[in-house]
Amino acid sequence: MTYSPLNLGRLLVWGGFALILLIAPLIFTKGASLSILSLIGTLMIFGLSYNMLLGQGGMLSFGHAVYSGLGAFFVVHTMNSTGIGAAIPITLMPLVGGLAGMFFGVLFGYVTTKKAGTTFAMITLGLVELVFASSLMFPGFFGGEGGVTTNRVRGDAFFGITYGPQIQVYYLIAAWLFVSTIAMFAFTQTPLGRIVNAVRDNPERVEFIGYNTQWVRYLTLILSAFFAGISGALGTINFEIVSAENVSAIRSGAVLLFVFIGGIGFFFGPLLGAVVGVFFSVMLSDHTPAWQLYLGLFFILLVRFAPAGLASLILMLVRVASFGKFGRIWKPLTGVCVAAIVGLAGFVAAVEMLYHLTLNAANGTVMSLFGQQVDTKAAMPWLMVLVVLMVSYGLYRLFKPVYYAAWSEVNAEITAKLRGSMA
Amino acid sequence: MTNLSNSLALELKDVRKSFGKSEIIRGASLSLAKGERLAVIGPNGAGKSTLFNLVSGRFGISGGDICLNGTSISGLKPFEINRLGLARSFQISNLFENLSVYENLRCAVLWSMGYKYSFWQRLGGLRDAHQRAEEVLEQIGLQRQRKVIAGVLTYAEQRALEIGITIAGGADVILLDEPTAGMSRSESDAAVELIRKVTVGKSLVMVEHDMSVVFGLADKIAVLVYGEVIACDTPANIRSNAAVQAAYLGHEATEEHA
Amino acid sequence: MEFTLFTLLNGVSYGLLLFMLSSGLTLIFSMMGVLNFAHASFYMLGAYMAYTISSVLGFWPALVLAPVVVGLIGALVERYGLRPLHKYGHIPELLFTFGLSYLIVELVQLVWGRAAVAYPIPPSLDGPLFTLFSTSFPMYRGFMMLVALSMLAAIYLVLTRTRVGLVIQAALTHPDAVEALGHNVPRIFMWVFGGGCALAGLAGVIGGNAFVTEPSMAATVGSIIFVVVVVGGMGSLAGAFIASILIGVLQTFAVALDYSIMSVLNSMGANISESTFGYDLLKLTISQSAAILPFLLLVLILIFRPKGLMGTRE
Repeated sequence: MTYSPLNLGRLLVWGGFALILLIAPLIFTKGASLSILSLIGTLMIFGLSYNMLLGQGGMLSFGHAVYSGLGAFFVVHTMNSTGIGAAIPITLMPLVGGLAGMFFGVLFGYVTTKKAGTTFAMITLGLVELVFASSLMFPGFFGGEGGVTTNRVRGDAFFGITYGPQIQVYYLIAAWLFVSTIAMFAFTQTPLGRIVNAVRDNPERVEFIGYNTQWVRYLTLILSAFFAGISGALGTINFEIVSAENVSAIRSGAVLLFVFIGGIGFFFGPLLGAVVGVFFSVMLSDHTPAWQLYLGLFFILLVRFAPAGLASLILMLVRVASFGKFGRIWKPLTGVCVAAIVGLAGFVAAVEMLYHLTLNAANGTVMSLFGQQVDTKAAMPWLMVLVVLMVSYGLYRLFKPVYYAAWSEVNAEITAKLRGSMA
Repeated sequence: MTNLSNSLALELKDVRKSFGKSEIIRGASLSLAKGERLAVIGPNGAGKSTLFNLVSGRFGISGGDICLNGTSISGLKPFEINRLGLARSFQISNLFENLSVYENLRCAVLWSMGYKYSFWQRLGGLRDAHQRAEEVLEQIGLQRQRKVIAGVLTYAEQRALEIGITIAGGADVILLDEPTAGMSRSESDAAVELIRKVTVGKSLVMVEHDMSVVFGLADKIAVLVYGEVIACDTPANIRSNAAVQAAYLGHEATEEHA
Repeated sequence: MEFTLFTLLNGVSYGLLLFMLSSGLTLIFSMMGVLNFAHASFYMLGAYMAYTISSVLGFWPALVLAPVVVGLIGALVERYGLRPLHKYGHIPELLFTFGLSYLIVELVQLVWGRAAVAYPIPPSLDGPLFTLFSTSFPMYRGFMMLVALSMLAAIYLVLTRTRVGLVIQAALTHPDAVEALGHNVPRIFMWVFGGGCALAGLAGVIGGNAFVTEPSMAATVGSIIFVVVVVGGMGSLAGAFIASILIGVLQTFAVALDYSIMSVLNSMGANISESTFGYDLLKLTISQSAAILPFLLLVLILIFRPKGLMGTRE
């Protein structure tokens, strides 16, 4: 769980992170890019807060959206209020969300953290369903079917910032993201942060070194709920609407999915997961109705073949490179990648055609695929898909053994070197 | 009455424990003076691990009382007992597998140094915790493995770390559950030296099967048979105790090695 | 009187359907420690399979074939998807079934489309079973209860009278010991998983036409069966039975009752109106709160009696 021990290295990493946040809008200039970047930003905070529970504490929660969602609702009502709430500037609204999230963390967390493991997971599921179901019962607070809307442009402009334009919202999110990330990283370097790791690894032993594991989990959950509330508040400012979906099991399941994809064992895993998550749910969903199928399959393949997430895959390659052995594996690796891409193309073509046949048949059998007009009822496209898949399979059979051999060899050398340096 | 109890580090008074209908511990009584080293031996199934679990709070007792430094600890939770000054090791290594050796040890000292649930202090800046962890690291001889993740240590290294975690917090009463289980002769000898070194000035109870370890370390030996302590005396007297010979050591009481 | 009787019967029939679903989930969880998040998806598969089979071969063959097909799919899923994950522990297994549930919903929509399908009650079972005063109890509901009870009886007989059943009973509480005794536990796991899915599929065959067969049917019933399993006690079929009936009756009654705290107090002379403090809470009718009752029960049970009503393990 620790990265570079060098202080200079740390400074570079954080500086680089800040730099990326600053210049991202200059790189991605397409119309919708700012909205996507803003969404990624809020999801990153949400994912990091979730990983405090899962990756660092070993607590699998199915109901984390309760804290971000209730934080969001508190913020939206504060933004709409004409009383004290009106005096709080939008810039500080995420703090309101954080405090609201924290409040519910204190309230619900005491009950949920009494138990651990699967029981804890079930109780969080029950809790989120409870809150979601009660959202229809209290339309005054939850806004009923339509949710609660608000306007983020209110009050006097602050040095000319009204938060009307998306770019201002993006930088607000980026600023809170930067601060929250630092704070959550700092947490991992504190006594509580380390002990919650111990609780993850061996809750029984932790009791025998003087710690009450329930308190450790409870306090961690409260802090996690604080940051979840911040992400909820930023989402409110961004979308200007909050609805029951913000406290749903679906949203809780989504963050679990994305954080796992990113890699729960690494601090930056959720950052990766947020990018992948938005890629699938926002960008891909614009281009194909099959995006949930792709997401589900991708997730299952990761669970099966890379349970430590994308971060682990990246770090494994980085490790090989840092030992100077990347040159030995890049050729077979490229071969395997090419095989995979070809196979992916064939698979995607087949799925897209299938979806077109079953969902869009009313519009005729011809669809646009990879820029070509394709008749999904004809035999030709299907034959081509079959050929592509066979080619991919052949390439895979060709390159896989070579890659495996090179990979195992290289890693064995690295392990020997590491062990040798200890002798 | 109190004066007498205060001189005892650990006292078991007629302790009983039943699981459902089976009574595993049937009135075990023991006393451990301050600074004393006591070994608990007995045939398999006698209830030695259960006894440890009762003392350390993992299980609750069904009858009798357990006193630590004069205060009753029956019914207290493990962390409460630990905070009163008792630490235990486990027969099967119970480490924090994903943390490094150094981190394992540092975790073990955090509570006793008063850092508790702090999330506002930087671990790196805690000098005393760092120093204590380094100290224990040196005592258990794992300085070179300090960055190795506990899960990939060798068996003997894990057992050493196990002892390290137990003593790191500075508890006065140490319980070691079969510390040399599965070790070769030379590893056992090293472990005995380690135990002797790190328990100077502390009170020690240890469960052991290896008689040479027992006779080498213990000031007193307690023999547990079917949940009862049938004898508690110096090693020499235990060796010649007829009841013990009959119940446990079989015929030859001098050498036990297979 | 009539209201109570019919609501009770409806509640019991709904509860029995829940039991058909949760019995499979209990068996799978107890034996393998895997919380099968995709269980409700197999229920949905059963309904859709029955729809297709019945439109070709008729309802009665579908009643037999659909659960078998779903069971086989479940067994295959266990063999090739779940089994390689055993060594990684329970969380990856749980995540796998979680991802699977997403996947099955998508595949179902791919094959059968996004709209509800017209899976009808067979004409021979359509109509009233009996009429009391002015309300009639549908024959199909009676049929559902009959199937559920026969299934319960069959499970009971298999578990207590056959050798395989005894092994399964032992593995329900002590899977490691059973493996140590030499039984091919992985193969038993595969068949138990398949069997559990087949039970869910059977529930789908029965429930799909009584209620509506559509892609969201899995989500609707999914969380409730978890409540049933936890409230009943993980590891206890008897507990799952009691919990199913309890929740089925509770929800059916709640949905039918239009009383609220306000209506009760007002009928006693109080004058609660919009300006009264807590009006939003007081005016809630029981029927409006029906949705949260199962989850309230779940949270309460987990706080006060985490073993569940009759559980043996936590």
